[in-house]
Amino acid sequence: MSEEFKLEVVNPEKSFLSKEDVTEVVVPAFEGEMGILKDHISIISFLKPGIIKTYSKLGEEKYYVEDGIIEFKNNNLSILTSSIFDINDIEKSKIDEMLRVAEEETAKDNISDQAKFLIDQKIEVLRTIN
Amino acid sequence: MASLDDLKKRIASVKSTQKITKAMKMVAAAKLKRAQDSAEKGRPYSEKMNNIILNLSEGISDKENAPKLLSGTGKDQIHLCVVMTSDRGLCGGFNSNIIKKAKSYFSRLSSEGKELKIITVGSKGNDQLKRLFGNQIIENISFKNSKNANFFDAEKVSKIIIERFEKEEFDICTIFFNQFKNVITQIPQAQQIIPLKTDIDDKEKSEDNYEFEPDEDEILTNLLPKNISTQIFKAMLENSASEQGARMSAMDNATRNAGEMVDKLTIEYNRSRQAAITKELIEIISGAESL
Repeated sequence: MSEEFKLEVVNPEKSFLSKEDVTEVVVPAFEGEMGILKDHISIISFLKPGIIKTYSKLGEEKYYVEDGIIEFKNNNLSILTSSIFDINDIEKSKIDEMLRVAEEETAKDNISDQAKFLIDQKIEVLRTIN
Repeated sequence: MASLDDLKKRIASVKSTQKITKAMKMVAAAKLKRAQDSAEKGRPYSEKMNNIILNLSEGISDKENAPKLLSGTGKDQIHLCVVMTSDRGLCGGFNSNIIKKAKSYFSRLSSEGKELKIITVGSKGNDQLKRLFGNQIIENISFKNSKNANFFDAEKVSKIIIERFEKEEFDICTIFFNQFKNVITQIPQAQQIIPLKTDIDDKEKSEDNYEFEPDEDEILTNLLPKNISTQIFKAMLENSASEQGARMSAMDNATRNAGEMVDKLTIEYNRSRQAAITKELIEIISGAESL
């Protein structure tokens, strides 16, 4: 029996990625990283800034996301996100720019603890891929 | 009757108008293709979002304490209407269809004694509404500088709406936009986004139980604002496709009308030219005869 399932990543503008043959996807879910294999229980969760890793026959691929929702049902994994980048394609200057904006944001004192937490998370992730 | 020179000038001017409308039609056709593509590409996202929300609102444990964006404030006294139009004219009935739909909705509200607040998106809608409903317009948003509908703009609009909702400035929010059916048909739509209407088809009802992480309420609280952005973005995409479609067919009609007008004027020009020649001939002949 094959261990593959279907992955679909959509953002508001288009369908970002669609794959039929992933064997494992690791997503940065809100309560920590979560690996999803075939026949996982149906689940809905949302994402915090982090790296999505997909594994298939072709090897590992990594994507950076800022937010999003995932839904897994009947061996279909849907990821809805408004900001996603392929780590291999993203330019360094763009990462720097995002990092700069995020650092400015976290320096403000009128943001809520939760927002600050998310931004700090974002900065950390951006630094690791930089 | 106009002189030959005048007719000639008129023909020339109608011809140059025709050139302009023809060019506009072709530009609109090219833009329509792009707008239609992005409207189609945007659909999976909003459909998936809708599905997830439906599943979530099914599974929610405590309906009483559900987030207000889903359940509403419990009143329906103050209505906020977001009228989405284009920033540019010359697109046939596109803007006036939305306005007409919105106005009939407004008059129904006022006959029921409800309070009305309006946000206009796009300057054309603001122009048409400010005379009659100037006092009710609380905000006018325009994206003249953005070339295409983008999600960032949609988020801005939804942020404004949500902020006002949290300040309890309104109970019910409805958006007005044109749904793109095909190039000649655009259907003006009124869609209620706060509180969210969940019409669930029984056949689509999913039987399986989801696991939620974190719990349903928290996911919903995070998801609902996103859903509003998504709905507005969808409306913007549909609107921009409709706008180009409407402009294309309007310009097509204008080009055809200009063509007809040129034909008519040319016949008139030729007739009066011939009449002038005949008149001159008669003068010469009768002059020769009298000798």
